[in-house]
Amino acid sequence: MGEMSVTTDLLEHEEKKSLESREFGFWIYLMTDAVIFALLFASYVVLSKNSAAGPSSKELFDLGHTAGETVLLLLSSLTFGLATISMSEDRANRVVQWLLVTLVLGLGFLAMELIEFHGMISQGAGPETSGFLSAFFTLVGTHGLHVTFGSIGICVMVGQVLVKGLTLPVRSRLIRLGLFWHFLDIVWIGIFSVVYLPGVM
Amino acid sequence: MLGRLTFDAIPLYSWVAMGGAAVTVCGGLAVFLLITYLRAWKVLWTDWLTSVDHKKIGIMYVVLALVMLVRGFVDALMMRAQQAIALNSDGYLPPEHFEQIFSSHGTIMIFFVAMPFLTGLINIIVPQQIGARDVAFPFLNSVSLWMTAAGAALVLVSLVIGKFSTAGWTGYPPYSGIQYSPGVGVDYWLWALIVSGVGSTMSGINFIVTIVKNRCPGMSYMRMPMFTWTTLCISILIAFAFPALTVVAAQLALDRTLGFHFFTNGDGGNMMMFANLLWIWGHPEVYILILPAFGIFSEVVATFSRKRLFGYKSLVYATACIAILSFTVWLHHFFTMGSSANVNAVFGIATMIIAVPTGVKIFDWMFTIYRGRIEFHPSMVFTIGFMVTFVIGGVTGVLLALPPADYLMHNSTFLVAHFHNMLIPGALFGYFAGLNYWFPKAFGFKLDAKWGIRSFWFWIIGFYLAFMPLYVLGFMGMSRRMEHYADPTWQPYLVVAALGALCVLAGIACIAIQLYVSAKNWGSARDTTGDPWNGRTLEWATSSPPAPYNFAILPEVRDLDAFHDMKISGTAYQAPVQYEDIVMPKSTGIGPILGALSFVLGFAMVWYIWWLAALCLVLSLVCIGIRACDDDSDFVMPAAEVARIENARLAQISAADMHDMRDFLPRGAASGAALPGRA
Repeated sequence: MGEMSVTTDLLEHEEKKSLESREFGFWIYLMTDAVIFALLFASYVVLSKNSAAGPSSKELFDLGHTAGETVLLLLSSLTFGLATISMSEDRANRVVQWLLVTLVLGLGFLAMELIEFHGMISQGAGPETSGFLSAFFTLVGTHGLHVTFGSIGICVMVGQVLVKGLTLPVRSRLIRLGLFWHFLDIVWIGIFSVVYLPGVM
Repeated sequence: MLGRLTFDAIPLYSWVAMGGAAVTVCGGLAVFLLITYLRAWKVLWTDWLTSVDHKKIGIMYVVLALVMLVRGFVDALMMRAQQAIALNSDGYLPPEHFEQIFSSHGTIMIFFVAMPFLTGLINIIVPQQIGARDVAFPFLNSVSLWMTAAGAALVLVSLVIGKFSTAGWTGYPPYSGIQYSPGVGVDYWLWALIVSGVGSTMSGINFIVTIVKNRCPGMSYMRMPMFTWTTLCISILIAFAFPALTVVAAQLALDRTLGFHFFTNGDGGNMMMFANLLWIWGHPEVYILILPAFGIFSEVVATFSRKRLFGYKSLVYATACIAILSFTVWLHHFFTMGSSANVNAVFGIATMIIAVPTGVKIFDWMFTIYRGRIEFHPSMVFTIGFMVTFVIGGVTGVLLALPPADYLMHNSTFLVAHFHNMLIPGALFGYFAGLNYWFPKAFGFKLDAKWGIRSFWFWIIGFYLAFMPLYVLGFMGMSRRMEHYADPTWQPYLVVAALGALCVLAGIACIAIQLYVSAKNWGSARDTTGDPWNGRTLEWATSSPPAPYNFAILPEVRDLDAFHDMKISGTAYQAPVQYEDIVMPKSTGIGPILGALSFVLGFAMVWYIWWLAALCLVLSLVCIGIRACDDDSDFVMPAAEVARIENARLAQISAADMHDMRDFLPRGAASGAALPGRA
């Protein structure tokens, strides 16, 4: 029995060390992702005036709609923060509740984005129309894809919290997913101020 | 159901192409039959393919690199043969086939020879150099390997099913766009790059974290061996630069597949954006390939000169400078494509500045050799050959860095000669030096030195014969990538270049013979101490091949040349009072499965088989999800087992095997009282 617990201690110690590395590695992953977004932003800025025969950003963007998306995503970042606080208070049920609220807000954001995309495509402003729209759909769509993966991640983590409870690895994963989610918030603020605001001005 | 995949994809258009396809298929079949004949499938799967041991992953990377080296070299040989005979005639290759060959040659050599070779050597050595038991993320390491292999497999498959790109390894639009390249070739190229590029990015992240977090006690940053330093620098470069490759390849794929307009001629596309994005990755990539080789040269030169590395600090700072500057020179790849004179001047000056830290390194290595007791081991011979030859490449590079001169020489064979002059001595010779130097560490026996020296002479003579004529031809006005030509004064030079390629072929054959002879005589060349060359750094403190955990007890480092210091002070080869339990990662099949899925995904995207691509994507997500829920990925190796392995090893080492360290003790005036002032 004594030997068993020594082994378990060792595994736990090693796990803690490995989780620290994972958190550091995740920051670096986010940096590589930031480079991807930086280049997509740069491509957008280069192509943003190239609307060719298609509509320009002024004719397409609806700042009210974008404001709605922004509110949903910023609120979801707040609720993820509340989930993290509940985690530090060891309240697993509360964590699940806030995660579900975050998920609903994230899905709401995605729904609004899809409505916007659908509207643009149905009035002949799809990504194959012009360089400007290619860059727009790629940049905003890549962000949306990230939000989709983040939402899948939230579903997985809700399952893990329910099944495993707030174990050390689960906490670490939640922290990393939180970093991802807040990162997407920052990217969205970039999209709002580089794509939508100058687009309607 | 099968998208645009039909029976027309089989290369019946030329005998040469069919021959290539037949060789590829037969090669694959032969390997399959051999493994079946040896009944080795189970061992292969459990001990190798599913392994997350960094040493085994490293070996598999190097095997991949050597296989692809042969394929890439056959391309080179075919090009040289074509140009040697194609004066006022069509030669033996139709133009479209010739274009595929130079495109696949570049793609293979950069992405599937140089990248896996250096990643493999890093995998085998760096964790041991920093006194670690493993990389930070062993599972991620396995995924990186299999995604690189998937990319290589896509290039190989393009030889059998469909065609490869004809747009060169840089694939500039608009030619690589769907309008001018409607076939599958460019798509093969793109998906090979995307899949292997993601794998490389993950390797970069892995080694940043490994080096920052897993160093043993006492190993401060300024005690890290040079190879570890160069690895840290290129891992950072990979993490910053490879996302650019992913972005530019994805954008071109969107243009081609879904009709986007990033780089198209009309409708608001911008072709110059492709050149910029590609080279924002591409120039750092040059240093990603070369810096690890610089690290290998630094290790080899110190070991075989029997001296401490001269100017360690200046080498570290020079490496860091090169890494930073490598992001400031990308525009020199397209001086002639419409930038203003001032922009060209800025990038031209930046390019010349980057030669300064590189020059510092050359001097450091020369001063290390100066008054050393040099041993002409094959790895040392490759190092000296590199130093002489690389300087020529550096000088022609500074010449090309002058925008007015570049206007005259761009797109000529002068450029071809220049970058081969950088990458063959600068990168490949380094990897060969590493192969000769570290082979006993990976396999427990030494490589045959005689055949190593022979391979060196064939390689370096072949190199000079093949590329010096191309410098001359560049001045004579020959463009690169010509399938045939009409100027008879060019032909003699091209014949010499073809002879050079044959000489390199002999060099490759020597390496194959070296591997064969060494494997046959492995019993007489065994490395029992784990330290065959009287090495200076920690990788020589482990057994050869190392135990799965590398170090039974984590070493404590007091000096830059950590193991040298241990041997001098007599703390090497000591059994500890007590061994400890060691936590090890479990093998997992998810790595190779993800690799296979990314291969099929790439293949499906190339041929527009949408349902298959979607299926692969979903299955990949399921695999990642399964792994993300797995809390039981480690196991414990008990102390008794560790003690058994270690005692068996120590029992094998006799005092006679150990190196006499008295040679290194200070003698004569140096052994007297220390002079005042800092050492």
